[in-house]
Amino acid sequence: MNLFYFIAFLSIFFSLLVIFSKNPVYSVLYLIVTFFTLTIHYILLNAQFLAIVNFIVYMGAIMVLFLFVLMLLNLNEDSEPMKSNLIKVAGVVAGMCLLVTLVGSFRALGDSDPLILKNPEIGLVKNLGKVLFDEFLLPFEISSILLLSAMVGAVLLAKKDPKKI
Amino acid sequence: MEAQSTPVSYLPIIFQMIVALGFVVTTMIATHLLGPKRKTKDKLTPFESGIEVIGNARQPFSIKYFLVAILFVLFDIEVIFMYPWAVNFREMGMEGLIEMFIFMGTLLLGFIYIIKKKALDWE
Repeated sequence: MNLFYFIAFLSIFFSLLVIFSKNPVYSVLYLIVTFFTLTIHYILLNAQFLAIVNFIVYMGAIMVLFLFVLMLLNLNEDSEPMKSNLIKVAGVVAGMCLLVTLVGSFRALGDSDPLILKNPEIGLVKNLGKVLFDEFLLPFEISSILLLSAMVGAVLLAKKDPKKI
Repeated sequence: MEAQSTPVSYLPIIFQMIVALGFVVTTMIATHLLGPKRKTKDKLTPFESGIEVIGNARQPFSIKYFLVAILFVLFDIEVIFMYPWAVNFREMGMEGLIEMFIFMGTLLLGFIYIIKKKALDWE
């Protein structure tokens, strides 16, 4: 339990660093560390497949995408748009509203009944595969269509049509 | 029943990571402390094949890199989904094979689309 509190503290600390660091590249690097702490959380929950997926896909691949997006933007200091204080205040108000809504909805959903797992090994790859290919087969196959549409969208957006030029 | 697997099983991996990170950190600190420091302006400039530095490093670059990266991520997710299937391969038999082939076939369509659109060609 102590380990959980330590890791939770680390994740909150690094996610705050993501917000407060001035350099966007440092933000992304802190985000990688945040994801790493989330991986440790998954391992502590014995959700080992999710931990590995989080490690490989989020920490590896998606962070590369984030860095690429940063590089695609023009990050010269002189072209940095001015962030007025009004926008910052508006952002804080909006974030607080979201927090209040989330907390209120969680409270309205009733007493926080701790989820009691019937099978503590449900997060292992083998058991997850059994559930995925039996009970949740349809969402699994639909996710392939989601990936397909993402592929088509990326190609359409990023590839210029040679006929039009 | 398969062998019990708990978070404690990850302890060796954590030890290995601590050793690996610790080695890197100690060597870096040790070289900083032990090595002599003679900094000149020429030594501190970025070195790129002996060519003089021009302009800023923060240039926006082509979206083609991004396209390759995002396609990599999508196929990465496809491969991730194969792990739970591969572990249960024998038990699920033909049924699982067909289910997985539907999934992979859809993504193969996407791959054919990418090849046909020449999205991976570097002009």
